[in-house]
Amino acid sequence: MTSLSIEGLSKNFGGLQALHDLSLEIQPGERRAIIGPNGAGKTTLFHLIGGQLSPSSGRISLFGREVTKLPPFRRAALGLARTFQIITLFLDLTVMENMLLAVQALDSVRFVLYRPLTGYRNIVSQARSLLEQWNLWEKRRTLVRHLSYGEQRQLEILLAVAQMPRVLLLDEPTAGLSPVETQQVVAMIQHLDPSITVLLIEHDMDVAFQVAQQITVLHNGRLLADGPPEAIRKDSTVAEIYLGVE
Amino acid sequence: MSGIGLALGLIVLAIIVRLLPTYYIGLLTEALILGIFAMGLDLLLGHTGLPSLGHSAYFGAAGYTMAILSLRLQQSSWVSASAGLVVSLIIAAIYGLLALRTSGVYFMMITLALAQVLWGIAFGWRSMTGGDDGLPGIARPELRALFPWSLQPPANFFTAVLIIFVIVVAALYVLVRSPFGYTLHGIRESEARMACLGYHVWWHKYVAVLIAGGVAGIAGILFVYYHGFVSPAELSLVLSAEGLLMVILGGSGTLFGPALGAIVVVFLRNLISAYTERWLLILGLIYLLVVLCAPNGIVGAIRARLPGWLDREAEA
Repeated sequence: MTSLSIEGLSKNFGGLQALHDLSLEIQPGERRAIIGPNGAGKTTLFHLIGGQLSPSSGRISLFGREVTKLPPFRRAALGLARTFQIITLFLDLTVMENMLLAVQALDSVRFVLYRPLTGYRNIVSQARSLLEQWNLWEKRRTLVRHLSYGEQRQLEILLAVAQMPRVLLLDEPTAGLSPVETQQVVAMIQHLDPSITVLLIEHDMDVAFQVAQQITVLHNGRLLADGPPEAIRKDSTVAEIYLGVE
Repeated sequence: MSGIGLALGLIVLAIIVRLLPTYYIGLLTEALILGIFAMGLDLLLGHTGLPSLGHSAYFGAAGYTMAILSLRLQQSSWVSASAGLVVSLIIAAIYGLLALRTSGVYFMMITLALAQVLWGIAFGWRSMTGGDDGLPGIARPELRALFPWSLQPPANFFTAVLIIFVIVVAALYVLVRSPFGYTLHGIRESEARMACLGYHVWWHKYVAVLIAGGVAGIAGILFVYYHGFVSPAELSLVLSAEGLLMVILGGSGTLFGPALGAIVVVFLRNLISAYTERWLLILGLIYLLVVLCAPNGIVGAIRARLPGWLDREAEA
């Protein structure tokens, strides 16, 4: 079964056609990069898959179940997690509080009113092990707004991972990062459970070619090319409009 | 240990209060009651990030319900007080449905409008509510089964209010540290992230509105018993705005801050009214001063100077 299937997806903003009749089939465990120039419709596509926007027409299915009209939290319950182009975290909460909110999100304890959250050992230890794994445990008491940009980006990916997603959307995970931080994020993506389907929007071609087995090129809201990295590198139209080669 | 210390402190407070002049006992009682109101409001404003400008609706609705049932229908205080609480919850359930369709400044406006509807009813329906004159002559109950002393002497009534205050504080303390309490903080910080994590954000906000409405209802009932009188002032915008000021003055999102803010507002109002009738003007100036000089309120300012004290607890 495909993990994510998109059929004839279009989105218009007034007269602007951000996405036009896009169809994609993504297999479980696939790592696919979405590339394309600014305004190609990449983030619009992510907002449609995540449920932040609803499409003008077309269908989106997760694991064979249509989700086109479901709100974001229902899609999360089906195994979808995402990060945003503009980092979206709980800025005035500590690193640990951010993680705890992610870990308890799909647990029924989230409705408990009468017992401290820190009393739930399984949730606390799960949050702890994820933070330890990615060297954020020392910063657990730091407010997220005081983290570096790179650490915030890592934490945002970590929150998504804590949801134990089956499909993970990463919107420009390395934008604005230093080369060292970029390699840390690449390592995080490469260390993800291989059964997780990962879609990422990426402007850094090296990163895209490093982590993805499949590349989809969007241009003006349309699918321009689709295939393994080598084929995309050789594709002359892609080179012309995007890679800037004459 | 700290629990025992706290209990001893409260007992000492209850005894010391007996040595004060009746007038100050009254002020302290009113401060505690408005402290309960402000802490409930802070659950919305400080913890969930929902700026309600109509929180007096639940306070006054509970007070009026109780007053009307006991004066016009001669119901017992058990019946009329419980009915007051239930009505504040029902109003919160209805108003929550309407107000949670919006957020930010629109949330403020719609909560203000909804509270003004109740104020208009209380003001206009003279035959039932007494209109502008209000409803006087509401007797304090005798609850000897729960509280073996008469509630008529001010010091005894203060002790009863103090007990309820402590229960509300304890309940809110547990609530904001519970998994559900964390979700409210998450909603305040980022609704989009909460939705992506899989939380049904609306439902969490709705429960917060219900709890805050119920807490305001408890405060409203105590307030009306304390004064023996209910008037449209208990449903007014002024009370809602004073509640917001208490929260911001004390420190929003801190548990004790709003109660501290309530004490300061009650005592200042009393002090200033000896000199001028322009209390609202002074209130506005205090608000400006706090926003400019101590945007995180009294508790926030103390935390900034004494790092570690009353600070966010270390997790795990």
